[in-house]
Formats: sequence, structure tokens, C-alpha cells
Amino acid sequence: MIRVVLPAHLRTLGRTGGDVELDIKGPITIRAVLDELEARYPALQGTLRDHVTLKRRPFVRFFACGEDLSHDSVDAPLPGEVVSGKEPFLIVGAIAGG
Amino acid sequence: MASKGVRVLVGTRKGAFILSSDEKREKWDVSGPHFAGWEIYHAKGSPVNPDRLYVSQSSGWFGQQIQRSDDGGKNWEAVDNKFVYDGVPGTHQWYDGTPHPWEFKRVWHLEPSLSEADTVYAGIEDAAMFRSTDGGRSWAELSGLRKHGSGPRWQPGAGGMCLHTIVIDPSNPKRMFIAISAAGAFRTDDGGETWTAINQGLHSQYIPDPTAEVGHCVHRIAMHPSRPGVLFMQKHWDVMRSDNAGDRWNEVSGNLPTDFGFVIDVHAHEPETIYVVPIKSDSEHFPPDGKLRVYRSRSGGNEWEALTSGLPQSDCYVNVLRDAMAVDSCDDCGIYFGTTGGQVYASANSGDHWAPIVRDLPAVLSVEVQTLR
Repeated sequence: MIRVVLPAHLRTLGRTGGDVELDIKGPITIRAVLDELEARYPALQGTLRDHVTLKRRPFVRFFACGEDLSHDSVDAPLPGEVVSGKEPFLIVGAIAGG
Repeated sequence: MASKGVRVLVGTRKGAFILSSDEKREKWDVSGPHFAGWEIYHAKGSPVNPDRLYVSQSSGWFGQQIQRSDDGGKNWEAVDNKFVYDGVPGTHQWYDGTPHPWEFKRVWHLEPSLSEADTVYAGIEDAAMFRSTDGGRSWAELSGLRKHGSGPRWQPGAGGMCLHTIVIDPSNPKRMFIAISAAGAFRTDDGGETWTAINQGLHSQYIPDPTAEVGHCVHRIAMHPSRPGVLFMQKHWDVMRSDNAGDRWNEVSGNLPTDFGFVIDVHAHEPETIYVVPIKSDSEHFPPDGKLRVYRSRSGGNEWEALTSGLPQSDCYVNVLRDAMAVDSCDDCGIYFGTTGGQVYASANSGDHWAPIVRDLPAVLSVEVQTLR
């Protein structure tokens, strides 16, 4: 089970009721996590990545296990601790004030 | 079912608010913030079903959302937020005149159909017009506007290259008027398939050819529903009037203290009574002399009177943005406007006297009013 921590605004928008646990078949990658997240919570479509290009929105970051994964390939395997559920996959809004 | 009275829909930098009152418009209930922390560029109700509300919700972090309510704002549903240009969108001019790719940024304005509750139009940045015929569950571009041929010459105003005004002719739903900063005004007579630039008579000294077909920074257009061929315009500078559906414009700034401003609106029962809020420019964008004054013309322009009762007449340096004025259609017409200082002012007597409904909201981006009967 993959644990996903979302920014507060997206928990509200998606009505996730808190952090999310996803059961994903196949290789566990950023793309697979986002695909499953958007399938489960359609209101989140377009909030993390562009609808068409699927490019990450500029003020959205992906962290796990103390590392910034934002610029990794979305098809690269996520760390074993995330796959095992020991560590969460963190989706973070960039610090940008305002 | 909506109760009798008025409902004011307020979009702010940090959420939406719904202000409700009976027809006396003396005591107000404040609901909100809805969508706290998100920018609400616009919220508007369907004239067909007043409990159907559409809201444009956006964020620099998480992009665009469209929210819809079917119970007057008690419950909301996030509907489709996919605004994809038809085909390869090409380029428009950037601030420095160089070509810049067309990119979706946000929805500035939502205009519900006058006859179908599930049909709603969206004006977006970078400028284009979209339509939904299923209550916001899907959107398609009316790309004839962007493909008008002048698109490569359109350029952004200070707020971006936005389609911010959509006016539907109540006598002919296939006729609509839109305005883009900074391209100008356009009209369709076939429901949005094809468009004509309607900028003759406009004069803009900040573009190389001041009378060019396009390039004018139109801030707002207003119409009285009983006279759809008469349009009023607040341009970047100049208040304008057209008596032939935009084919030709004439300046009616008259004795205004400055002819710059953003809002313009028409009295609900007097088609020749119009309202503006003069703002000082360039770049100051606050009321002249620190006095917040609405100006009213009862002659369709040229002759203006300052309306000051109840409005701050010293040390006031707020702005009133282009979508932030509206009128109700109560027997004694109510006029409303919101400021970047977070006040929403209301007059229940055509502007003779004003009072704040609320004083301390986030900066107000838009104000719409529903008259519920």
C-alpha cells in the first residue's frame, strides 16, 4: 500500500478525508502514483500535472525518504521504503508566499 | 429553492463569499470563505436557475478549478477543469512585441446562458472563449474567435492577455459581445462560430496606430437588456458608447475627473443611467485625490455627477477591478461594487447613498448580484 501525503488544499478539493493510501498494480513509479491518485480522486486531475503534456506543475514538488524526486523520471522506480509503505510519498506545494 | 431577496456573489484573492439580504438590503448574512485560500476570479448564477452557481477557482500552485452549486452555494461540486485550445494555438504578441506562445492560465469570467441552465461560457487567459453545454462537465473552445486572423497581434495588458467580458444579447442568443485586454471588443452573430472586431472609434495612444483594428485595452462592456444595440465601454482610457452594436464608438467621458477606470454598469430600470468609478493612472490605480467616488450619468454619458454619500472621501487608495460592479433589479435599483481593500459597498437607491456590506474581506476581484423572486 502506497501512502501519499497531499497538501491541505488538495485534500479539501479531492475530499480525500486526509492522507491517501493507494493499492497500485505493477511497477511503483511517480507516474503510477499520479495515475491512480487521479483515477480515485478525479477532482485532482490537472492540479499536479498538465492535462495534456502531463508535465509537473511548476509549483508542485515530489519528496520521499528525505530526497527531492521532483526532477526524476516519472517512470523511475520509487524507493523501496515507499513501495513497502514504510515511508510516504510527499506531494508538496512549493514555498511561494502570497 | 432560493428565498426572496438579493444574493451578492463576491470573488476575492482568498476565497468566495455570498452576501444575502431581503429586498430592503439593510441586514446582510455573510457566508464564506468558500474555497478558502484560492483566488476566485469570478462567480455567477444562472438566470434560468438562480440556485445554479458557477465559480472560477484558481491557484498559482494547483491551477484552475470550476466549481458548481445547484443549491445556491450550500454545496459544491468540482466539475471539468480541462481547457484545451482547439488545434495548435500559435502565438500572440508579448509585452515587448515578440511572438509568445498561447498558454492557458486561468478562467477570468463565467457567463451563464440566458436560456439554458447547463450552458455557460468561459473567458480565459490567454484569451479565448470556451463553452460548456453540460453544466461545466466538459468544455470546448469557440475557436473562431482566436482564429479571427488578428490573434497574432493581440497582446497582454498588465493583468495578462485575458478575455474578461462576455455580454449576451437577450433578444438574440446567437449575438454575443466579448472584450479582451489588450485586443479590443469582438461580436459574434452566429453563436460564436465567427467574430468581427468592433473597435472603430476607439483611440489608444499607447499603440503604434491609435485607431488600429485590434490592440485596444478594453476594460469592460455593459448593456441594458432592453436595448441590446446600445453598449457602454470603460476603456483603459476613455468611456465610450455605441448605438449600433459596436459598429462605431463615440467617447462620452465628458466631465469625469479621469476617464481611466475598470468597471462600468447600467441601471436596471433606466437604460440611459450608467455608472463608472474613475481611477487614476498610469500605474497608480487608486481614486483621484484619495476620494472614492462613483460617477453616474443619467444621460448615457458626457454629463456625470459624483456620488459620494457614504463613501470615504479622504485617504482612500483602493482599486475597483473590472468585474467588481453589479446591479440588482429590485424596484429601487441596487448598485454594488467591491474594492481591493476588501470592502463591498451597496446602494439600495440607485447610488444616492452607499454603505459597506462588509469591510474586511480579502481583495475583491468580482461582484455579481442575483435578484431572487
